[in-house]
Amino acid sequence: MGMEGIGARVARKEDKRFITGKGRYTDDMVAPGMKHAHFVRSPHAHARIRGIDSAAAEKMPGVIAVLAGDELAADAIGSLICGWMIHSKDGSPMNMGDWRPLAQTKVRYVGDAVAIVVADTKAQARDAAEAVEVDYDVLPAVTGSIDALKDGAPQIHDNAPGNLIYDWEIGDGAATDAAIASAAHVTEMKIINNRLVPNPMEPRAALGVYDEGEDHYTLWTTSQNPHVARLVMSAFYNVAPENKLRVIAPDVGGGFGSKIYIYPEEIVCLWASKKTGVPVKWNCDRTEAFLTDAHGRDHVSTVKMAFDASNRIIGLKVDTIANLGAYMSLFSSAVPTYLYATLLSGQYAIPAIHANVRTVYTNTVPVDAYRGAGRPEATYLLERVMETAARELGVSPAELRKTNFIREFPHQTPVIMCYDAGDYEASLNAAMAVSDYAGFAARKAEAQSRGKRRGIGMSCYIEACGIAPSAAVGSLGAGVGLWESAEVRVNAVGTIEVLTGSHSHGQGHETTFAQLVAERFGVGIDTVSIVHGDTDKVQMGMGTYGSRSGAVGMSAVVKALDKVEAKARKIAAHLMEADESDIVIENGELKVAGTDKSVPWFQMALAAYTAHNLPAGMEPGLKEGAFFDPANFTFPAGCYICEVEVDPETGKTEIIQFVASDDFGKIINPMIVEGQVHGGVAQGIGQAMLEAAHYDPETGQLLTASYMDYTMPRADDLPSFQVSTTETACPSNPLGIKGCGEAGAIGSPPALINAITDAIGNNDLTMPATAERVWAALRSAR
Amino acid sequence: MYATNYHRASSVEDAVQLVSGGDEAKFLSGGQTLLPTMKQRLAAPSDLVDLRHVAAMKGISVNGGTIRIGAATTHAEVANSAEIAAACPGLCHLAAHIGDPHVRHMGTIGGSIANNDPAADYPAGLLALNATIVTNTRSISADDFFTGMFDTALEEGELIVAVEITAPAKCGYAKFPNPASRYALTGVFVARQGDGSVRVAVTGAGSDGVFRQAEMEQALASDFSATALDGVSVDDSDLMADIHASSAYRANLVKVMAKRAVTAAG
Ligand SMILES: Cc1cc2nc3c(=O)[nH]c(=O)nc-3n(C[C@H](O)[C@H](O)[C@H](O)COP(=O)(O)OP(=O)(O)OC[C@H]3O[C@@H](n4cnc5c(N)ncnc54)[C@H](O)[C@@H]3O)c2cc1C
Repeated sequence: MGMEGIGARVARKEDKRFITGKGRYTDDMVAPGMKHAHFVRSPHAHARIRGIDSAAAEKMPGVIAVLAGDELAADAIGSLICGWMIHSKDGSPMNMGDWRPLAQTKVRYVGDAVAIVVADTKAQARDAAEAVEVDYDVLPAVTGSIDALKDGAPQIHDNAPGNLIYDWEIGDGAATDAAIASAAHVTEMKIINNRLVPNPMEPRAALGVYDEGEDHYTLWTTSQNPHVARLVMSAFYNVAPENKLRVIAPDVGGGFGSKIYIYPEEIVCLWASKKTGVPVKWNCDRTEAFLTDAHGRDHVSTVKMAFDASNRIIGLKVDTIANLGAYMSLFSSAVPTYLYATLLSGQYAIPAIHANVRTVYTNTVPVDAYRGAGRPEATYLLERVMETAARELGVSPAELRKTNFIREFPHQTPVIMCYDAGDYEASLNAAMAVSDYAGFAARKAEAQSRGKRRGIGMSCYIEACGIAPSAAVGSLGAGVGLWESAEVRVNAVGTIEVLTGSHSHGQGHETTFAQLVAERFGVGIDTVSIVHGDTDKVQMGMGTYGSRSGAVGMSAVVKALDKVEAKARKIAAHLMEADESDIVIENGELKVAGTDKSVPWFQMALAAYTAHNLPAGMEPGLKEGAFFDPANFTFPAGCYICEVEVDPETGKTEIIQFVASDDFGKIINPMIVEGQVHGGVAQGIGQAMLEAAHYDPETGQLLTASYMDYTMPRADDLPSFQVSTTETACPSNPLGIKGCGEAGAIGSPPALINAITDAIGNNDLTMPATAERVWAALRSAR
Repeated sequence: MYATNYHRASSVEDAVQLVSGGDEAKFLSGGQTLLPTMKQRLAAPSDLVDLRHVAAMKGISVNGGTIRIGAATTHAEVANSAEIAAACPGLCHLAAHIGDPHVRHMGTIGGSIANNDPAADYPAGLLALNATIVTNTRSISADDFFTGMFDTALEEGELIVAVEITAPAKCGYAKFPNPASRYALTGVFVARQGDGSVRVAVTGAGSDGVFRQAEMEQALASDFSATALDGVSVDDSDLMADIHASSAYRANLVKVMAKRAVTAAG
C-alpha cells in the first residue's frame, strides 16, 4: 500500500468544503427567474376531499399559481409506484393502493400533499398556502399495524381489503413446527421494532427547471440515486423521457435511506415548472421532514426459538406484522421480506426456519428502508432471543452462540441466503477481549456498592450488503437490476476522473474511490477527481444504499481500471520498445522491470492523446467504462458488546462502554470505516434508548414532529466507542470488500437492550428503553 | 414567520410605551421561546419590542441578603455569577442546566418566568426561593405570580423589570431532563430559610405548571435531610401524563429529585 492507497488512513478530501460551509446543496442552487413553492398538506390523517378552493390564495401577493391534483392528472402525470413485487403465499400479487403525487379524492396521512403554491418568495407561498381552502370530510383513522388489521378498522385503500398489503411466507413451516414440537427448550418472545424518523441533517429539497426552447427538464434534488430517480420519473410518472430529463443530486447532507425514494414534491416541482414557465424551488422545513420523509422499521413480531438438549437451535418460527404507512413507497415491500426474513438465520446453523410476514396500510407516512433496512429488525429479533434463551438455559450468552455458529463456508441457510465467508468466533473473541468480559462480575459488584445496576449484553449480527446480483433480485420481484457502473477518464495531462453511479452523501467516496486509483497507478489522490450525482455527466448508475458503494460501485471502478491499465501498458511498452508483460506501474511511472527505463504516467497519457506514436491500430485516448454485477450479496458480520449502569431510582441508563468488532472484509480507509461504525452505532443507540415516532392513535397526528419531542442521540448520550475489525476476505468482488455503512445501526440495538435487561433482571423491555420503561421493568422484576 | 415590526426599547418607560402602541405588540427578550413560536407561525405579533438594550433591566447585584437580577439577564450570566454562587448557589446550578450554551447566552430570566412554561426551570427556583417579581407597576410574590401553565399574574403590557430574592440558608436544585427537549421532565428546587422554614417547588410534573409540595416542606422543616422525605408519598393524581412520562413516573421523580436537591443543598 502506498501512502494514499488501499488501507491508508487518509483524511477525507471532501471535508474541507463541508466543514467550512462551502458545500453546494440543492437549496443553494439558484436558477434565473426561480420562484418558490410551498405545499398545501393535509392536517387530517384520513379524509375525503370534497373540494379545493384556491380563489383567495391566487389573489394573494406574489402568487404565480396554485395547482392541485386534478390538473396534474389532466397532464397524465403518473402515480407513485413500489418497485418490488411481492406475492402473498396464496399467489396473489400485493395490493398496491393508488398514490397520487397530489391527492385528488382522499388524503391518507397528516402531511399528504394536496396542492402546490408557487410564489415570488417562500413566505408568500406559505401565506397563500394557508389561504387555500380544502373541504375535508374527515374519516376515522388508524395508525398502528395491529389495529389496522382488526375487523372494522378504517379502510384506507379500496383495493386492500382489511388494509392487508400482502401475507407472505418464507421457509419450511411444517419442518419448523415439528422442530418446535420435539424441542428440549423453546424460548418465546414478542418483539417490537420501534418506528423511527430518519432525520438526515439536510432536509429534502427540489428545484425543477423546465426549458421550453429545448423541451427539456432539469431536476436538482436531494437524492441518493439520481439515475434511478430519472428512470422512475420517465418510465412511470410520465414527467419526461429520459433524454429530456437531467437529474442532479449535488452535495447531499445525509440520507440514511430516506433519500432513495422519489417523492411527490420532486415530481410536482418539475411539472409545475413547465406549467408556470418558471423554475420552481422547494425546500422543506424540519417538521415537514418529520411528517413526510419515509419512516423506518415499525415491526411487531412473535418468535419461537427451539433448542435440542445440547442447546443447538433446531428451529425458528417468526410471525411479523410490518406497518408500511399510507402508501407503498419505492422499496417498502422488499424491506420486511427479502431484506429481513432472509437474514433470520443470523450467524447460526439453523436447520428449519419459517417466517410469515404481513404488511399493512395505516394512516401514517410511508415506511421504507432506513439504515440497515430489514436487517436491524432481523438482528434485533434474533439477538434478543439468543440472549434471553441463554438466560433461560443457564448458559453464558457467548457459549450459546459458539455452540450454534456457522463454521463452514459457503453455508446455505434455509432462507435463500448463501453465506460466502466469515469467522464469527474471531469477532466474538475479539470483542470479549476488548470489553474485558471476564472482569464484568467484579465491575458489577463495584457498581452495586454505589447503588447502581450494571449489566452487559452482546449481539452477533450478520447482514447482507453489496446489493445485489441483478438476476437474483429480479427473480425475487425487483423491478431493477442492482449492478453498478464506472468510467475512468485519464486526461491528456495524466490527471484522472472517475465517474461513478454510486452517490456520496456522507460516505467519503471522493477520498476512497481516489484511493483505489492511487493504489493502482501510484498517483496522488489529489490528481484524481470523483464525478457523481449528475445524469448528464455519469453513465447510468444505481446509486448508494445497502452498503453497496464499496462492494459494487468500487468493483465497477476496478474493472474500468483494469481496462485503462491494460491500454496504458501497451502504450508504455510501445514507447519504450519493451514487452508489455515487463511493464510495472509504480509511483506514477511505468517502468520496464529490471531496467532503468521508465515513462512518467502523464507522458504516457499525453502520448495517448497526441496519438503521434501509438501501437499500430490502437485508438487514441485513454478512457474506459465498465459495469459490475455482483455474484452474490456480501455478508459483513461482527460482535458488539455493551455495558451499562442503570440508576434504579430513575431508570436512567448510562452506557459505560460500547465495543464493536466488525468483519467488513477488505478496508480501503480505516478512518472512514470507523466513522461509519461510530455513526451507525450512535443511530442504533438512538433507536434502542431514545427515538420513537408517536402518532396519536385517535387523530393520527404525529406527536413527535420536532426535536422538542423526538429524541435524537446527542454526544452526551454516548460513550467513546471502542471499534476494531477482524478480516475474512469476501470472495464475491475483486477487492474483497463487504461493506460497512449499516453494520453499526444493525448490531447495536440488541447489544444495548441485552445489557439493560441484564442489569435489571427483566427480559421484558421494549425499545426505546426510556428511563421510565427501565424503571417500570425494574419494579416489575422485583 | 409572519412579517413583524422591530423596535429597540431604550428604557423601561420606552418599552412599556412601545408595547402599548402596537395592536398585538410583544416584548422580545432572549427570543428563545418567542422566535421559535413565530417561526412555526404559532404566534404573530404585529410588533416586537426588544428589551435587551434596556440598562435598568440588566445585571446582577447582591446587597446584604438581597439578590436582584435584572429581567433581561441571561441564563449564562446567572450561571457564571460569583455573587450569586456565594449567596444562592442552587440558582447558578439551575441556570447552568437550562437548554444548551446557545440558549443560555440568549434566553433571559424575565422571558422565562413571563412565559411560565410548565417544564421551565426558573419557576421552580423562584417559587421555592419566595422571590419577588418586580414589574414596571408593582411587586408580586412568586406565590401570586405563577398562576398556572403558561399563565402569570402579569397584566396586558406589564413589564417584568427585575427579580429579587432573599438569600436562603441553603438551597439546591435537581433536574431530570426530558431527553428530547432537555427541559425539566421533573425538577425540584428546595430552599431553607434562616428561620428554618423550607419551601419545595416542583416543575415539569404538575398538570397546571409549577407547584409547591406542602408535605415535603413540613417533613424538611423538622429534619432537613434526604431521608426525611422517605416517608412522604407523592400523589400522582394531579401530575401530568404525556408521551414523555406517565404521572406515576413523574411522582417517582418528584421524590427522587427532591431528595437529590436536599443532598445538593448540603
Ligand atoms: C433549545 C431550547 C432549549 C431550552 N431548554 C430550556 C430548559 O432546559 N429549561 C428552561 O427553563 N427553558 C428552556 N428553554 C427556554 C429558554 O430558557 C427561554 O430563554 C425562556 O423560556 C424564554 O426567555 P427569553 O428571554 O428567550 O424570552 P422570549 O422568548 O424573548 O420571550 C418569551 C415570552 O415572554 C415575554 N417577555 C419576555 N421578557 C419579558 C419581560 N421582561 N416582561 C414581560 N414579558 C416578557 C415575551 O413577550 C414572550 O411572550 C429552552 C429554549 C430552547 C430554544
